[in-house]
Amino acid sequence: MSRAVAVAGTGKADRRRLGATELVWLALVGVTIIGAILVALDGQNLFSIANTRDVLSRSSLLGFVAIGQTLVILCRSLDLSVGYVMALSSLIAATTMNGDPARVPLAIVAVLVVAGAIGLCNGLIVSVLKVNPFIATLGVGLIIKGYLDTQYQGPAGEVPSSFQQFGFSRIGPVPLSTLVMLLVAVAGILFLRKTRTGYHMFAVGGSADVARLSGIRTGRVLVTAHVLCSIAAGLAGLLIAARFGTGSALVYNSGYDLESIAAVVLGGTLLMGGRGGIGGTIAGVLILAVLDTVFNILAVDPFFKDVLRGTIIVAAVAIYARRQIDRKASRIRFGGDGGSGGSAPPGSPPDSAPGDTGDPVPAGQGGAR
Amino acid sequence: MTVTTQQPAQGPAPQRSAGSRAGDLLARVFGGGSGTVFALLIVVFAAIFIVNPSFAEPPSLMAFLKQAAPLMILAIGQYFVIVSGEFDLSVGSLVGAQVVIAAALIDGEEGRTVPVILLMLGFGILVGLINGLITTLLKVQSFITTLGMMLVLYGAIRLWTGGAPTGALSEAFRQPGRGGIDLAVVRQLPWALMILIGVVIIAVAVMRSSYGRTLIATGDNERAAGFSGVRVWRVRTLAFVISSVLATLAAILIGGYAGVTAQVGQGMEFTAITAVVLGGVALGGGRGWVVAAMAGALTLEALFVLFNQLSMPSTIRPAVQGVIIIAAVAYAARERARPRHHQEVPSQSQSNEA
Repeated sequence: MSRAVAVAGTGKADRRRLGATELVWLALVGVTIIGAILVALDGQNLFSIANTRDVLSRSSLLGFVAIGQTLVILCRSLDLSVGYVMALSSLIAATTMNGDPARVPLAIVAVLVVAGAIGLCNGLIVSVLKVNPFIATLGVGLIIKGYLDTQYQGPAGEVPSSFQQFGFSRIGPVPLSTLVMLLVAVAGILFLRKTRTGYHMFAVGGSADVARLSGIRTGRVLVTAHVLCSIAAGLAGLLIAARFGTGSALVYNSGYDLESIAAVVLGGTLLMGGRGGIGGTIAGVLILAVLDTVFNILAVDPFFKDVLRGTIIVAAVAIYARRQIDRKASRIRFGGDGGSGGSAPPGSPPDSAPGDTGDPVPAGQGGAR
Repeated sequence: MTVTTQQPAQGPAPQRSAGSRAGDLLARVFGGGSGTVFALLIVVFAAIFIVNPSFAEPPSLMAFLKQAAPLMILAIGQYFVIVSGEFDLSVGSLVGAQVVIAAALIDGEEGRTVPVILLMLGFGILVGLINGLITTLLKVQSFITTLGMMLVLYGAIRLWTGGAPTGALSEAFRQPGRGGIDLAVVRQLPWALMILIGVVIIAVAVMRSSYGRTLIATGDNERAAGFSGVRVWRVRTLAFVISSVLATLAAILIGGYAGVTAQVGQGMEFTAITAVVLGGVALGGGRGWVVAAMAGALTLEALFVLFNQLSMPSTIRPAVQGVIIIAAVAYAARERARPRHHQEVPSQSQSNEA
């Protein structure tokens, strides 16, 4: 993992980012078509209303988490505590509401405040205490887990039916929760494209040092990203409460932390930060949702599902990485700034040095070009 | 860069006396990024001894080391990958997979022990090769590669056994994990400890060899390493193979010690990574000492023992663990930021990550 990640120059990045996002949406179309064919061979229809609804409602939960995760990853950070934040949020929501419809707004505010506070902790630990985000958020997650395990032995609280509508009602074939998720996504895209802090996130992720030297308060940007990420996870927790009708601590076992990161990377955002976007992330989430629905319709063994999902994620990212290297390589060769340019998705630098031309496999680049 | 991280506060000294070598070692143990972990280790052990003085007796120490050995071996493996600038999230699943494979194939028959262990080693090497080659040649970020491998192993093993592990381990297979040589003072010198010591010696030797230097250089700046003739893909792939092989070794010890369950190895990747970072090894590569990584694992295990000794409710343990980890890493980060003034500024500042 080279450190010389580019400052995704805000002017150029726009065009490049669009290309990457398009690629992911293309992949989504491809996955959908292949899935539809497989389902059709089984004598069913992937695009039937029930199945479409299934895809969309699957995507809403992961979507919330992944949108937040995108912001954090763009800043070259990471949030492994989202699963625990979701569990805690669902419990806070359910216990605060306690079956009383009048307390719904209070519960929502409480969830957002607590989630935001957790995000603030994450952000401050990462930016002020300089703890690696992997460890910082893992540690905060453990702390929340300790609280949850001590405080709640099982499901707690009760969600009034008016709020459960958030989980179940739909407008046409589109579940309400998916609409809200898409609204949040649009807000996120506008945030990244139109606001100063949004632009700064790309800069901080590209190179924190350069960003700092150009007068960006990198710490604040990082903290903002973490707060927004946790709030997004809090929204996911609210949705869980609405769907389950109660708060559940065991949500953190469902692996939403790693899955959201997978969705973000699948969506074309670099884990090294500085490049990507929410548009791609939504496509990544939808790809995972389509896969899950297809597996479900075809009644694939749940364990085999894991195998397939792992393989597909790696394969997709491999194809994607290949595209990126091609573009990058030509830029280095013709742009004339091989040293400084945006040259570092993981491992793009030339592995083959002048000295080992005799090498039968000239390192990674041989395959890449 | 390689040299400066290895011997902080030492200029080039071609021929060093034994005395300055010892001084070097001391500087390494209590200086740089790894000081925190050794200090924490001493504090935790002191706390354990105060709570339960009988823990200081050799037999219980040996029992503790026997139990801690697998995680320490895992952490050493993880160190190689992390110091080269990558992650290996698949080790937890790999440990689980290997234990289940061993139980299913041995099925209680002594004669199959050695062939199955060889097969497991082969499988470990294969997993490491796949991880490494996908990461280096296909340019997939190792976080994703090994996450995918984790899912694949998790699913494939359960698919194969139908959800629950089948078969049984042989007595010979369980020896390394639970057996030992009977001695007077310590009652039992565990095989696990001797294997651990062997692994540590080899690991230290490897890190001092040209491969180790290359590995750190690669993790620090793969471009520079590439330009100076390092075949980055080969170096990193080998690191993944080492990690998987050591995970296999850890699986043999864990299987022997704890037996076969479906949950073996779950979450161990995070514990191992935490241990390595606790040891002052920089995530992102290029900095850290393998012995400190191992000490990080030992500290975590000691912490668990301390929780037991204090009979702390099991539900609150993760929270305490989280606080201690964050505090220790934050403290180490503070420590590392300070001595930069009297070291070479340029070489350190570029590896400073946000």
